[in-house]
Amino acid sequence: MTAETMSIFSPKVSARFDALVEKYPVRRSALVPMLLYAQDEIGYLSDAVIAEVARRIGITELDVRNVATYYSMLRFKPAGKYNVQVCTNISCMLRGAYDVFEKFQDELRVGHKGVTPDGVFSLEEVECIGACCWAPAIQVNYDFHDDLTPDSVPGILAQYRQKSEGQKNA
Amino acid sequence: MPRLVSHPDEVKVVSKRFGQGAADIEKYIELGGYEAIRKCLAQGPEWLIEEMKASNLRGRGGAGFPTGMKWSFVPKQSAKPKYVLINGDESEPGTCKDHLIFLHDPHSVIEGTIIAGLAIGSKMGFIYLRGEYRYLLEIMEKAVADAYAKGFLGKNIFGTDTEFQIITQSGAGAYEVGEESALMESLEGKRGVPRIKPPFPAVVGLYGGPTVINNAETIATVPHVINMGGAAFAAVGSPRNGGTRLFGISGHVERPGVYELPMGYNLKKMIYEVAGGVRGGRNLKAVVPGGSSTPVLLPEEIETLGMDFDQVGKAGSMLGSGGVVVIDDQTCIVEFALRTISFYQHESCGWCIPCREGTDWLKKSLTRFHAGFGTAKDIDNIRYLAENMMGRTFCPLGDAAAMPTLGFVKKFRKEFEDHLDGKPCPFAKHGAPELTVV
Amino acid sequence: MADVTFTVDGKKLTAPAGTLLIEACRKAGIEIPAFCYYPGLSLQAACRMCVVRQEKVPKLQTACTTTVAEGQVFTTESPEIAQARKATIELLLGNHPLDCPVCDAGGECELQDMTFKYGAGESLMVDAKRHRDEQQWSPAVFYDRPRCILCYRCTRVCGEGMDVWALGIQNRGVTSVISPDGGDQLDCEQCGMCIDICPVGALTSGSYRYKTRPWEMNHVSTVCTHCGDGCKVTLGIRQSSDGSEIIRADNRDKSGINGDFLCAKGRFGFDFVENTERLTAPLVRNAQGKLERVSWEHAFRVAASKLKEIRDTRGGAAIGVIGSNHTTNEENYLLQKFARTVLQTSNVDHERTTDYVAFARALAGHKEKSAGLRDIANAPAILLIGGDPTNEHPLLAWTIRTNVRLNRARLYVANHRQIKLERQAKATLRIPSGGYGRIAKYLSAKDSTLSDPAFREALLAEESLLVIFGEEYRGSAVDELVAWGLTLPNVRFSYLGDYSNSRGAADMGLLPDRLPGYVPVSAVEKFRDEYPGLPATIGLNQSQMLSSAAGGSLAALLIVGANPLEAENLDLNSLKNKFVVVLDMFLTETAAAADVVFPAASLYEKTGTVTNTYGDLQLVRKAADKPGVKPDFEILVRLASSMGADVKRLVPFGKNVVKADLGQSRGAQSGEADRHAVWLVANGLEPKLSPFDPLALLDEIERLVPAYKLDRLNLFGGNEVRTEPGFVPVSALTSSGPDLVKPSHNGLFTSGTLGRYSKGIRDLEKHQAETKQEAVAG
Repeated sequence: MTAETMSIFSPKVSARFDALVEKYPVRRSALVPMLLYAQDEIGYLSDAVIAEVARRIGITELDVRNVATYYSMLRFKPAGKYNVQVCTNISCMLRGAYDVFEKFQDELRVGHKGVTPDGVFSLEEVECIGACCWAPAIQVNYDFHDDLTPDSVPGILAQYRQKSEGQKNA
Repeated sequence: MPRLVSHPDEVKVVSKRFGQGAADIEKYIELGGYEAIRKCLAQGPEWLIEEMKASNLRGRGGAGFPTGMKWSFVPKQSAKPKYVLINGDESEPGTCKDHLIFLHDPHSVIEGTIIAGLAIGSKMGFIYLRGEYRYLLEIMEKAVADAYAKGFLGKNIFGTDTEFQIITQSGAGAYEVGEESALMESLEGKRGVPRIKPPFPAVVGLYGGPTVINNAETIATVPHVINMGGAAFAAVGSPRNGGTRLFGISGHVERPGVYELPMGYNLKKMIYEVAGGVRGGRNLKAVVPGGSSTPVLLPEEIETLGMDFDQVGKAGSMLGSGGVVVIDDQTCIVEFALRTISFYQHESCGWCIPCREGTDWLKKSLTRFHAGFGTAKDIDNIRYLAENMMGRTFCPLGDAAAMPTLGFVKKFRKEFEDHLDGKPCPFAKHGAPELTVV
Repeated sequence: MADVTFTVDGKKLTAPAGTLLIEACRKAGIEIPAFCYYPGLSLQAACRMCVVRQEKVPKLQTACTTTVAEGQVFTTESPEIAQARKATIELLLGNHPLDCPVCDAGGECELQDMTFKYGAGESLMVDAKRHRDEQQWSPAVFYDRPRCILCYRCTRVCGEGMDVWALGIQNRGVTSVISPDGGDQLDCEQCGMCIDICPVGALTSGSYRYKTRPWEMNHVSTVCTHCGDGCKVTLGIRQSSDGSEIIRADNRDKSGINGDFLCAKGRFGFDFVENTERLTAPLVRNAQGKLERVSWEHAFRVAASKLKEIRDTRGGAAIGVIGSNHTTNEENYLLQKFARTVLQTSNVDHERTTDYVAFARALAGHKEKSAGLRDIANAPAILLIGGDPTNEHPLLAWTIRTNVRLNRARLYVANHRQIKLERQAKATLRIPSGGYGRIAKYLSAKDSTLSDPAFREALLAEESLLVIFGEEYRGSAVDELVAWGLTLPNVRFSYLGDYSNSRGAADMGLLPDRLPGYVPVSAVEKFRDEYPGLPATIGLNQSQMLSSAAGGSLAALLIVGANPLEAENLDLNSLKNKFVVVLDMFLTETAAAADVVFPAASLYEKTGTVTNTYGDLQLVRKAADKPGVKPDFEILVRLASSMGADVKRLVPFGKNVVKADLGQSRGAQSGEADRHAVWLVANGLEPKLSPFDPLALLDEIERLVPAYKLDRLNLFGGNEVRTEPGFVPVSALTSSGPDLVKPSHNGLFTSGTLGRYSKGIRDLEKHQAETKQEAVAG
C-alpha cells in the first residue's frame, strides 16, 4: 500500500477531507477544521493523525504540531467518549459553575482532564463557551446544556451513559 | 436550547426574527429576508457605503469602529482578490449574542456578508465560527447551502453577473483568534498570533488581499440598515452610535438574557428593569459593562450611564462586546479578578513578553492572594504589573487583561486588603477555587 | 527610495523613506535595545524592548516595525521609555531561572546586559517559577526552556536563514516552547546557527557547555580549515596546562564574508586539534622497522641527509613532492620553491579536487570576471550549474539564499539532480547527468536537446549574470562555459572546489607543469632571481609519482598535509623501500608508511593566508598552541636549513629592514601603537626578523603571482581581499590535466582525513543517520 492510499480515517471522513482541502483559495486553510474533525473521529490527535494531516495539507508534521498545540480544543491524549466541559468563567462562576463542576467531579470521581476508568466520560474545566446568559452552562462534546444546578448533573450523566449503553448493545 | 427573553423596552431589529424559524430560508424570505441585497444590487456600491456611513453603525465586536468607514478603506483596484471575513469567534466572557444570531437568523449573516462583498467589490466571504459552536456551524452550513441552491450565492447571484461565494470555517478553541489579524492567520491554517500592523487588513489581509473583517452581529445588522435606510437606523440610537445593540445580561440578575436595546440605553434601567434586578433582592456591587475585558463600574457610576461607545468610554470603561455582567454584594471581587485574569493567562497567545509573562504573574499573585497568602506589597505589585502591561503589548489582549485588573484593584482596594494576613476570604463559599485550567 | 529627514532625540537624521527606525538609528549611532529584532530576519515586534515615543502617536511604538517618513519626531530614551523597558525585563525575569552563575551565556547574555542597563535589579516575584527540564536535541544542541525568552530568533534563522525549518513554536501563552522537528530530536543540518543567535542561554552547544566562563577566553579571528568557502571563524581560546586550547568556534561578531554564518564543520569541527591521536613528536623508522619518537634535531638530520643523498646521487628528479589543500599559501609557495630550488625537482603536485588550472586559463587576461563571495551576496541574478552548495558549500548556499530573500535576487539552477537551492530558484533546468558539457551550447541556442527555451530566455534577459559552476566542469568544458559567458555584457564566474586552500595550492604552483601564478615551467624568466637552478622540465603529477614510487625510479617522497595513499586507494606496502617524509597532524595511512614523520600544526595553530574557491584571500591567525608540533612552514625551513640550503634565499627574511617607528617615540598610547603596527604590516615595513615568519614571503608572492596584487591594509585589517585571475597573462597555457582532478565531495559532516579525527562532526553524522533511520522506520 502506498502512503497516498493509506488513511486512518473512515471513508466518509476521508472523502470529506479530500473536499475540504480543495474548498479554500489555499490548501492550508483546511488545517484547523481538519484537525478538529480528525479528533472527532479518532478521539485525539495521535502521531498517525498528525502525519496524515500533514501529508494531506502538504506541510511538515512540525508545522502541524505548531498549529495544533495552539488551539485548546485539540488534544494529544484520548478523552472519554463523552467529554464534559464545564465552563467556570465569570458569568457561569457567578451562577454556581464551581458547584456544578464539583458535582461532576464527585459523580465521575475524576478531576480536571480526568477520564473515567470505563472511558465513557472525561471531565474538563473550560473557559467561556458563549452561553453566558444561560449560565451555568456546559458542553458534552458539542452539545450545550445550560441553566444548570448541581442537581441537573446526575440526569445529564445518565442520559449519556444510556446513549453509550445503547450504542454498545446495538 | 438557549432561552429567549423579551422586554417591552426592546427595539427588535437584529433579533426580530429570533424564535420564528428563520433558519429556514423560505421563512427568512417570507420575513423580508434577502430584500436588502436586491436594493444594493440595484443601487451600487457607492450608495451602499454612503448608507452605511449615514447609519452610524459601529462595529459590534468591541472596538466600535464605524462600519461604513471601514468598508471605504478598501482600495477599489486590487491585484489580489478582496475578501469579506465574518468574525464569529465570539469568545469574550459575558458575550453570547452571536450565538443567537447563528441559531435563529443565519441568513442575516449571509445576506450581510454578500452586501459587504458588493460594497468592496469582493467575490468571496468567509464566516468563521469558534470551534465550540459546532451545532451553530452546522446551521450556518445548511443556510449557506440553501442560499447557493436559491442562486443567492455562486457565480451569478440573484441572476446578475455578480459572483459571490461563501465559505464557512471552524476554529478550534482560541480567544485570541477573535483579534482580526489573528483570525486571518487562523483561517490561513496557522497559529492564531496577530500580525504586525500596518499593513492593515483593508490593504493587506487574508491571503494578502484587501479584506474587510466584521463581527457577526455587525454584519447581521447590515441588511436591516439597508432596509430601514441609514438615517432611520441612526435615529434609533444615540449620537454617533447608530441603532440598537444586542446586550447580553448575565450574572446576578433575575432574568439574564440577550436583549436588543437602543444604543445609549441606561445601564441601571437595563439591570433593574429589563433584567429584573439583582437576583434574590440582593444589592448591586459592581457591573462589568462590556465583556470581561472592560473595567468594572460601581453602582454609583451607572445611575445615568447610557450604554453607547462614547458614554461608557467617558465613564472610564468600554462598551466592548455588550456583555453586561452583574455582580451582587455577596461576591468576592478578588476571586472575580482572579477568574478574569486566569482566563487571559490561558488565552494569551504568548507572542509578546508583557502579555505572556504579565498574565501569568498576575494569575500567580492573585491565586496566592485569594488563598490568604498575600502581602500588602502584592496589591501595589499587581497594580504595577497591570499598569506596565497597558499599551505595551503586541495586540489588545494585554490591555484586555490589564484593564479589568486595574479596575478591580483601584475600585476595590479595601477588599484586597481584607484578604491580607491570612484572613479567610470574606465571601468565598469554596475558599480559594481550585483553578485547574492551565 | 528618496531620503527623508526626521528627528531622533533632537538630532536630525536622514535615511531612505521606509527604512526601519531601529536600523536608521543604529546607523546614526543611536542604539535601540531589542531581543527579537535581528537584521535580515523577519520582523516580530514580540519583545517590546525597542519601544520609542513618536510625536503625536498615543502609544509607544516599536522601533523595529516603524518605518521612517519625512518630518517624524522620535524620542528613544526617556524616563517613560526606560520604565517600559525595565518593566518588560522585570516581567521576563518573573519566570526566568536567574541561574546565571552556571549559565553558558553568563557574561555575554543580552538579557543580563539589558537588566544591568535598565536596572531591574529588585525582584518583585515571590511566586514559584515555571520549570521544564532541559532537553538535548542533538549532540550539538541543548534547549533550556526556563531560560528562553521566546524571541524567535532561532526559529527564524533556521527557517528563513537556513531554509531548514526544523524549529517550531508550540503550545501558547506562558507554556509556549521552541520545539524541534523530530519530536525530542533535531533532524536538521546541525549548523548550530540557533545556538549562536540565541540572546540568552536557552540554546547551548554540546561542545561548549559548562566548559568555561566566556571571560576566561581570548578570541582569535581566523579562517575555517574545512571546505573551500573559507568562512571567517572566531575561535575562543583558553590557556591550558600545556599550551592553549580551542573551546568554541563561532562568528558572532559577523566579521568577514560569512556574517554570522558557520556550518556544523566550522562550528563544531575544530576538536580534531585536541584528538588524542594527534602527533606531538617527530617519528623516525628505527632498525626494527617501527616508527619511534625522536627529537626534532634527529628527525631533521635523518630526513635531510637522506634527501640530500638522493638528490646528490640520483638527481632531484628522483624525489617527488606532494602538497596540501589545507596548508597556507605561504606554505604551499615555500613547499614548491623548496622542491624546485633545494630538492631540484619538478615533481610537485597536490590532490587536485578542482580544475583551477582550466579556470585560470579560461579567465586569463579577462579582468573583473571572477566573483568573490561578496559579489555573490549582491548579484541581482545568479546561474548555478551543477554542484551541491547546501552540502558541499554551505556558505555559498547561505549567501545565495540570503541574497534571494533580502534582495530578491533571481536564481537559476541547472543540475542533473534535485538540489535544495531549487526552492529559491526562479527557474530550474534539469539536465541529464553527464550533460554538463552541452550547457554552453544550449545557452548559446546551439543545442536543442535540452529543450527548455524558457529557462534560457529568462537567463539571457538578465542585465548581469553571475555564473557559478561545480566540479562537474573540467578541462575544455570550463573553457566552453566561460567562453559562452564572456559573450554576455556583464558576467562574473565562480568555480566550486573542495577544501580550505585548494585554490591556493593551485595558485601557488603546487603543480608539476606550472610555477606560481600558473606560469609554465618553461617560461622561467621572471623566476631567475628567486629560483636559482630551477629545473625547466615538466615533472611528474601525483599519480605518476605514486606509481613511480611503487615500481619505478622515484626514490623519495616528501608529502605535506596529504594522504595520497587513502586518496588514491593505494596499498600501504607500495611505498616500501622508498624514503618517505610526511608532515601531518595524524598518523594517516600515508604517514604510517613513512620513514620520517613531522608533527604539523593545524591551520588554527599558525599564521598565513588562504584563498577560498572564489578567490577571496584571507588572513589566518594563530589561535591555539599545541605543544610538540610546528607549522609546516617552520618544518620546511628547518629541513632546508638541515640540507644546507641558503635559507635567506628561500625565505627573504630580514631583507630591506626599515628602521620602523613603532609609535613609542611619540609616546603613543597603546591603541595608537596597535594601529601603527597594523599600518606597518600592511605596508610591508615591519621587520621580518625570522625565517619562520610566513609573511616574509608575501612580497615575493605578490611579485611573482600575477593574480595576487593584495590590498594589504584590508587583509591585515581582517577583511578578505580579492585575487584577480585576470592579471594572469594569456600565455602558452596548455592542457590542464582534467583527468587528474578528483572531486572529494565532502558533505556537511565529512572533511577528508580531517573529518575522521573530529568527534564533534562524527557524532553529528551519526545522530543524523539515526534520526533519518527512525523517520524511515516510523
